[in-house]
Amino acid sequence: MIVTYALIFAFAAVSLSLLLTMIRLVKGPGPGDRILALDTLSINAVALIILVGIAGATQIYFEAAMIIAMLGFVSTVAVARFVLRGDIIE
Amino acid sequence: MSHNILDIAIAAALVIGGLFTLVGSIGLLKLQAPMARLHAPTKASTLGVGSILLASVLFAFAKGAPSYHELLIIAFLFMTAPVSAYFIGKVHIHLGQNRKPLPKPARDNIWATKAKREEDTPSVPEMKADA
Repeated sequence: MIVTYALIFAFAAVSLSLLLTMIRLVKGPGPGDRILALDTLSINAVALIILVGIAGATQIYFEAAMIIAMLGFVSTVAVARFVLRGDIIE
Repeated sequence: MSHNILDIAIAAALVIGGLFTLVGSIGLLKLQAPMARLHAPTKASTLGVGSILLASVLFAFAKGAPSYHELLIIAFLFMTAPVSAYFIGKVHIHLGQNRKPLPKPARDNIWATKAKREEDTPSVPEMKADA
């Protein structure tokens, strides 16, 4: 019972933080802020998928969370490198 | 109405994770300088997602089918967060978003060529060319 209430609170907090991060993604004054907002979005998406897995009491969402974590890191590094060098793999 | 100790631990981890994720995003939205904004979401990526994944591990324990492979995501995030933070900081430095203009230099008249050009306060006596 207490887990259900905590799960509802965690869903609300993670969804609100996704919304705030998206505001920063839209209005961020530079490319660095937008890259940072995208990185935070992927991390919050990992948290949300794990919460869905807890709510459904299944383990099949683990692979989706792992893949989103890996793709978030790789895309952050790729965009930052494109801004820095004008190319991704030199 | 007595809760299991494992249920209380799961609930505490979920609440802590949600709070820290929210704090990281509020900091990302509210802080002023770009480098200060870089510092805020590290809380969401370490303690926020970390305790939510820990709650998932404990929940699998409570169900009776223990599994540890959420710890793999924690280890991955802890390893890759400094690398991406380093790259984003380098982008900030490269684009010059936190660069203030240099202050104007102090006025000095001790250079001979400068004293010859500015006639109002000559601190160095002029040389006579035909003396």
